[in-house]
Amino acid sequence: MSELQKTDNGEQAIALSNKPVDRHGANLDYHDAGNVVNPEHIAHHIVSPVMYLAIFGVLMIGTLATVGFAYLPLGPFNAAVAIAIACTKAVFVVLFFMHVKYSSRLVKLTVVSGFFTFLVLVIMSMSDYISRAWGQW
Amino acid sequence: MSVSSTFSEITHPPAPEIHASHDVHDHPFYQRHHFETAEQQREAAGFGMWLFLLTEIMFFGGLFMAYLLYRNWYYDAFVAASNSISVPMGLTNTIVLITSSLTMAMGVWAAEVKNKKLLQIFLLATVVLGFAFLGIKTGEYYDKFAEHHVPGASFSIADFVNPPAGSKEKPLPMDMAKKTEVYFSLYFAMTGVHALHMIIGIAILIVLLWKSNSGVYTSGYVQPIENFGLYWHFVDIVWIFLFPFLYLINRH
Repeated sequence: MSELQKTDNGEQAIALSNKPVDRHGANLDYHDAGNVVNPEHIAHHIVSPVMYLAIFGVLMIGTLATVGFAYLPLGPFNAAVAIAIACTKAVFVVLFFMHVKYSSRLVKLTVVSGFFTFLVLVIMSMSDYISRAWGQW
Repeated sequence: MSVSSTFSEITHPPAPEIHASHDVHDHPFYQRHHFETAEQQREAAGFGMWLFLLTEIMFFGGLFMAYLLYRNWYYDAFVAASNSISVPMGLTNTIVLITSSLTMAMGVWAAEVKNKKLLQIFLLATVVLGFAFLGIKTGEYYDKFAEHHVPGASFSIADFVNPPAGSKEKPLPMDMAKKTEVYFSLYFAMTGVHALHMIIGIAILIVLLWKSNSGVYTSGYVQPIENFGLYWHFVDIVWIFLFPFLYLINRH
C-alpha cells in the first residue's frame, strides 16, 4: 500500500522510482492510449497566446468577409455564404477558445451531441413546415 | 455452524474505500473530498459546464428556429426591417465582442501560467469591452425607439409603407409592412436575451476579478476562470450567428 518507506537514515524515499504514483501504486505518468473511457485520459493542455491571436485573426477576417459578401448580389447564396462563414467561425471558437480540441473524448462527444440534437430538431421542424402544403403549389 | 452465520460472512464484505486517501499523496487545497484527483475534478467541472451550455443551445435554438420560419414567410418585411438597422454599429459590436473573447481566452491562459497581474488585466479588459458592447447596443435600441420601430402600441409601419425620400427602400404593401413587427419582435427578443447574458456575465466577471485579488485563481485553481471562459465564448458564438442573421439580410 505505502510507497513511502522509511530508509535506515530516516529519510523518506519513494521505492524504486521517483515517479508519481496513485494509492494503488500505479504510475500516474502511465498513459494508456486505448483507454478512451477514462475521463482523465487527456492531461491539462495550455493553449498558447500565439494560438489565441491566430484564432482572433481568423475571426476578424471572417467578420469582415461576412459584411463584404452581404453586399454582393448572390441571390439565395447570400444566406448560405453567411451561414457557412458563421459556422466556420463558431467551430474555431469551440475548438480553440473553448479548448475542445484539447479536451477528453467525453467533452468532445458532449459538444457534438448537443449541436447534433439541435440540428435534428431544426430539420424535423422544417420538414414539417415544408411538407404541410406538399403538392399544392 | 448455522446457515445464517455463513450467510452473514458472505453478505458483509469489507467496506470498500470510497474516499480519496489522504495519507498517500498530497492533494491541492481546492480539490473536494469526493474527487480522486484534481484532474478528475477539473474534468467533472468542465463536463458540467458543457451540459449547461447545451441547454443554452436549445434555448437560443428555439429563437433561431422561429427566426428561420418567419424569415421564410415574411421575407420582404424582414429585408426592409433589417435594412433599417445600422451595419456600422453591428460590425463595431461584433469586433468588440470578438476582442473580448480574445481577452477572456488570454485571461484563462494567465490563470494557467499563474500570473495574477496579467489575469486581472485581461479580466478587466473583458469587463470594459463587455460594457462597450452594451453601450453600443443601448445606442441601437435608442434609435429604434426614436423611429417607433419597437413592437407595441407605438409601433409605426410608416417608414416601410412610405420610405423616406432618398432611401433606397422599395415601399412595402400594407399587409407585408405590418409583418416588420414580427422581425423587430425577434430582433429585440434575440439581442435582448443575448444582452441579458452579457449583463450576467459582466456581473460574474466583476466577482471573479474581486476574488482574484487573493491569488486563489493563480494557484493552480483554474476551473472557475476556465468555466466562465466557456460561458463568455458561448455568448460570443450566439452573436456570431445573430450578426449576419439580423443585420445583413439582402443588403444593397
